[in-house]
Amino acid sequence: MAQTSGAYYVPHGSHWPIVGSFGLSGTVVGAGMWLNETAGGKGIMLVGIGLLIVMIAGWFGSVIRESVSGLYNRQVDVSFRMGMMWFIFSEVMFFAAFFGALFYARTFSVPWLGGEGHGAMTNFYLWSQYSAAWPTNGPQDVGGAFSTMSPWGIPLLNTLLLLSSGVTITIAHHALRAGHRGRLLVFLALTVLLGVVFLGFQAHEYAEAYEHLNLTLGSGIYGSTFFMLTGFHGLHVTLGAIILAVIWFRCAKGHFTRDNHFGFEAAAWYWHFVDVVWVCLFVFVYIL
Amino acid sequence: MAAVNPAIPDTHSDAHEHKPHGFLQRWLFTTNHKDIGTLYLVFSLTAFFIGGTFAMLIRAELFQPGLQLMQPEFFNQLTTMHGLIMIFGAIMPAFVGLANWMIPMMIGAPDMALPRMNNWSFWILPFAFLLLVMEVFLPGGGPQGGWTMYPPLALEGGANVAFMIFAVHLMGISSIMGAINIIATILNMRAPGMDLLKMPVFVWSWLITAFLLIMVMPVLAGAVTMLLTDKFFGTSFFNAAGGGDPVMFQHIFWFFGHPEVYIMILPAFGIISEIVPTFSRKPLFGYQAMVYSLASIAFLSCIVWAHHMFAVGMPLGGELFFMYGTMLIGIPTGVKVFNWVSTMWKGSITFETPMLFAIAFVVLFTIGGFSGVMCAIVPADFQYQDTYFVVSHFHYVLVSGALFGIMAAVYYWLPKWSGNMYSEKWGKIHFWSSVISVNVLFFPQHFVGLAGMPRRIPDYNVAFADFNMMSSIGGFWFGASQFIFLGVILHCVYRSRQRATAQVWEGARGLEWTLPSPAPYHSFSTPPVITDDMLAHGDVAH
Repeated sequence: MAQTSGAYYVPHGSHWPIVGSFGLSGTVVGAGMWLNETAGGKGIMLVGIGLLIVMIAGWFGSVIRESVSGLYNRQVDVSFRMGMMWFIFSEVMFFAAFFGALFYARTFSVPWLGGEGHGAMTNFYLWSQYSAAWPTNGPQDVGGAFSTMSPWGIPLLNTLLLLSSGVTITIAHHALRAGHRGRLLVFLALTVLLGVVFLGFQAHEYAEAYEHLNLTLGSGIYGSTFFMLTGFHGLHVTLGAIILAVIWFRCAKGHFTRDNHFGFEAAAWYWHFVDVVWVCLFVFVYIL
Repeated sequence: MAAVNPAIPDTHSDAHEHKPHGFLQRWLFTTNHKDIGTLYLVFSLTAFFIGGTFAMLIRAELFQPGLQLMQPEFFNQLTTMHGLIMIFGAIMPAFVGLANWMIPMMIGAPDMALPRMNNWSFWILPFAFLLLVMEVFLPGGGPQGGWTMYPPLALEGGANVAFMIFAVHLMGISSIMGAINIIATILNMRAPGMDLLKMPVFVWSWLITAFLLIMVMPVLAGAVTMLLTDKFFGTSFFNAAGGGDPVMFQHIFWFFGHPEVYIMILPAFGIISEIVPTFSRKPLFGYQAMVYSLASIAFLSCIVWAHHMFAVGMPLGGELFFMYGTMLIGIPTGVKVFNWVSTMWKGSITFETPMLFAIAFVVLFTIGGFSGVMCAIVPADFQYQDTYFVVSHFHYVLVSGALFGIMAAVYYWLPKWSGNMYSEKWGKIHFWSSVISVNVLFFPQHFVGLAGMPRRIPDYNVAFADFNMMSSIGGFWFGASQFIFLGVILHCVYRSRQRATAQVWEGARGLEWTLPSPAPYHSFSTPPVITDDMLAHGDVAH
């Protein structure tokens, strides 16, 4: 059992972190071997990922059990909130690195390759025929000629989908606070559904880009930034949808009360974060 | 599960009985901030000796001009791995270990805010570290492109590239979780009465450092992810032929890298701000100014990254912005140095080992700071770039700065941790041996650097032979001195028969000194009642 010492709560030891470490290192060792084309790499990676999934399920499982049995106090709740907030901030900074790459390429690298700026002699000596433009796959036409995705088709639709999912999850939250479990479950399910449809469209768009537009990850700097940004965002939507689905089952089981439902709120914060990233993507990757 | 009782009595004295039984339970599954702090510190000491061995090999090769002991490829692996190991294995984990041990005790908390995550953030590290060190044994050897991993050079490596990138990812995950935990602990676990502006400066320094860590570690993760996709998945982030730019990596990397150097020094500032008042028997001079200068340094550290790359080519406006921004950091840093000196002014100073290291820190870090201002001047930096002058500069701030800060902290708090006094005589021998040898080691490098000896090259012009031999002798001497450090620690923990009192040092104030030595397994089982006179800086908030 956990230790409750006076006014403070300190959880008991856990074997899940060390399981997680084995999972994490299995995943990366396997992935590294796979990238280096060493036999067995893929297998080790999959075992590692499997361990990670077991660890996450086990770890969250014990936290949920402790929470439901009423072990946690107000202070633990605040610690969890801070943990989630700062985790999301770290995610924001991860995306900032890729947005930074996009802005740097558009503001500096590409114009300099086109001969702008004093002292940037790359254009003069290497690629004097290259004139800067965006989108571009660089002076050597890396990946071959490509065309870009129009923002006003699927991307616009996806924007509307994700923005509506932000509304539905807010309705679900209000329902939870008002104690309407039926409405909560319907709108939370709708949120997950909107997320899944978004992912479906995104997959379709990727297929379209690869098959018809010759827009690939290898299409120079445009393809790199386009796919890395939308790809990492898609990964986060997938994760968010899984989190929301777990939260749906926890709602159905009645884990949350009107004023004690941090698990739900954390998932909602994460979902809104994913939403905001998409709006930035829509503006800076698709439209501008 | 760990066999522990459901409730702890509110007295401190018998809290020792609640340690989990069994080695694995105790160290592998632990949620205790002291155990995790110890793990971090032991890990850091191990990494320090491994990274130090690499440094000894580097100095051995540079003992004389010409290729003596090794091929250039291996030399390059040594410099790369020495950097990575010392930064991510020795310095950063040592500070996180000190944070784990001391922050709950300093703010009146029972433990860290998120104890299980605390366990994970430590236990990722040994795996990441093994992954990193193992690369040296791969076909083709370890990474050779420098710890900064600049493309396209870093991408020329063989099998090690992917593993190096993943090791950096793992260490980043570990750091971020550790930092989140520290912020949540400081903001949420303070005992009633421990106002933000009454916190010990060490706690303040870690609050700010943790913020920097959460801000920049993900950016490093992004940068190395781009390296990974450039090498294995055909992206063109750092490939000019595809519209990218290798210089872009340097910008993203140093957006991480410059705050990172402050991540490695701010906690040392905090430590020195604890030690100097104790042994001067005076409250810290200008407590609030110390806090605000920490924050200013942290802010400025985020907008000066390109001073690491003046010579690579930037618009003139950029060069000027980063030059003046960098020089501005001298102002809050000057505030700190003068405040430490003012704290000592007219104090009744005694020179125990922690104080000796603290004073050496103030002097030698300032020398490193001065050479830093020299490097900040763009036209001068064109001359210094990639020479031993830069090597000398950052070793002054990292070895006689960050590392001396850590050693000062270990001597200062070891009696509180172990309950025993260390041998003052051998502590002083360790200090004098280290402080003299570190100057023999690094000071001559200023001269060969200014004369143009390049970094990361195993051979050099015979004109530099004398100073390099001097530097190598200092290096071996400094390396050997650290076995005294190891001996003092082991003796203190296992052999010393001199018990420490609760307060340990006559002038020590602060919550950690109200606990018995060794500190009980759970620091404060109920929130302590805090009065201002218990706090080191409680009476200076207004």
